[in-house]
Amino acid sequence: MKMYGEHKFQGRLFIAEGIDGSGKSTQLALLQKWLDSEGYTVFFSEWNSSLLVKDTTQRGKKKRMLTPMTFSLIHATDFADRTDHAIIPPLKAGAIALADRYIYTAFARDVARGVNPQWVRGLYSFAVKPTLAFYFRVPLETAMKRIVGGRDSLKFYEAGMDLGLSDDIEESFKLFQGRIIAEYEKMVDEFGLVVIDATQSIKQQQAQMRNLVTQALRGAKKMPVRRWLDLSSTVKGRRA
Amino acid sequence: MAGFEFYGEGPPGVDLEELTGKLIVLEGTDGVGRSTQIALLKPWLENHGHAVLVTGMTRSALAGDGIKRAKEGHTLSGSTMSLFYATDFADRLENEMIPALRAGFVVLTDRYIYTLMARSIVRGADPDWIRKVYAFALRPHVVYYLRTQIEHLIPRVLHSTGFDFWESGADLRLGETMYDSFVEYQTRLLKQFDAMTEPFNFEVIDASKSIEQVFEDLQARITRHLE
Repeated sequence: MKMYGEHKFQGRLFIAEGIDGSGKSTQLALLQKWLDSEGYTVFFSEWNSSLLVKDTTQRGKKKRMLTPMTFSLIHATDFADRTDHAIIPPLKAGAIALADRYIYTAFARDVARGVNPQWVRGLYSFAVKPTLAFYFRVPLETAMKRIVGGRDSLKFYEAGMDLGLSDDIEESFKLFQGRIIAEYEKMVDEFGLVVIDATQSIKQQQAQMRNLVTQALRGAKKMPVRRWLDLSSTVKGRRA
Repeated sequence: MAGFEFYGEGPPGVDLEELTGKLIVLEGTDGVGRSTQIALLKPWLENHGHAVLVTGMTRSALAGDGIKRAKEGHTLSGSTMSLFYATDFADRLENEMIPALRAGFVVLTDRYIYTLMARSIVRGADPDWIRKVYAFALRPHVVYYLRTQIEHLIPRVLHSTGFDFWESGADLRLGETMYDSFVEYQTRLLKQFDAMTEPFNFEVIDASKSIEQVFEDLQARITRHLE
C-alpha cells in the first residue's frame, strides 16, 4: 500500500476545498470546461460518491445512526474506493483528475466532531497527494447567504446536529461550520493549501486558478478525444 | 482485575470509568471452531449468573448489510475493504460492546480487530497503518487464540460450507483452484496471527483437540479470569 506523498504519477491532481457556499464547485466546473477545451483529458470525482458504500452512508445519515467515529470511517471507506476508481487510474494514464472535496474535508469535519486529528490524518495516509489543493476561503455569513433555500436546506449532519451544539439547526450550522473553518485555517500551512479569496468575483477567482494550473501543467500530456458526434459524421461522410 | 483502556485514543465521549463489564475475545482462522465454542460458553456463563452479549463481525446495524452486498460484487480493494470492516467494527464497539460493558455484561466477541488486521495485511495493507486505524479499539481483558494447523482446518471447512470465495482469499488469486487458494491464504493468515500472539498477549488454545476438550480448557481459563 502506497502512502501519502509517495505516488509519482504522470497525471495531475487538482482539488478544491472549502465550506458549503464557498463556490468551490462552480470554480472546479469552470476549470474543467477550460481544461477540456485545451485538449486535456479530465476526470472529475466528488466527495461521497462511491457506489459501494453509498447505501450504508445514506442509511446511517437518514436514520441518524452515525457517531463521529463511524461518520469518519464510512467516509474514509468511500474515499478509498474513490481513490481506486476515480483518482489513481486517470493519474496513471497521464490524465488530469479533478476532485471536489478531498481528504481535508475529512480532517476539518471529523476534528470539528472531536475525532483525534492525528488519527484521522493517519487514516487517510493512503491518499494521493494533490498537485495543487485550492482552499476557497469565505466568511461564514457570505457562505450562508449563498446557500439557497435557507434553513430548510440544512441537513442534520452538515449542521453538526449530532453534536448537540444547539437545538436550533441554523444556530448549530453556524457553530459547526465555524469550527470547520478554524480547522481549514490550521491546514493552510500544514498542507500548503493554495488560498483563494472566495469573496472576489467568479471571474477573478477563475483567472487565479487557471494561472496556477497552467504552471503546474508543464509537461503534462494532452490527449484530445474525438467525440462521438465527430465519429458519426465521419461514418456518414463515408457512406455518402 | 484491571480496568479498561484503549490501544490509542478512544472514540469521543467514552468514559472508561463507567465500563464495569468484561471483554473476552475468541480469535482464530476460519473453521477453527470459534462459533461453536461461543455457543457453548454463552449458556454456561449465563448459568453462572453473568449477563452475556455475543457479537461478531459484519453484524453491525450500520454496515453489516452494506459489506455483504459489496462482497457479492467482488470489487472491493484492499484499503476499501479494510475501512468498511473498520466502520462495522466501530459501530459495534460504540453501539453494542461499550453499552453492554457499561451495564456490566460479559461481552464475548467472535473475532476482534486481530482478524481484521491480519486480513488487511495479507491483502497488502501497511501493518503500521492498519494498527493505527484500530487505535480506537478497547484492549480486551483476554484474547483466546484458537490455534490449529492448516491440515486440521480443511476437513472442518469441507464439512461445513465448503471453500468460500473470501475465506479462500480468491480475490488475491493465490492458486489455481479454490483449494490451493484456501491453503495459501489461510497459511498467510496463520502467520499473521502467530506474529500478533506476543505483542497482543494472546492466550493460545490448542484447537486441534476435540470440541469438549477445547471447551473445558476455555472454561477453566475463563473461571480463573473472572474470579
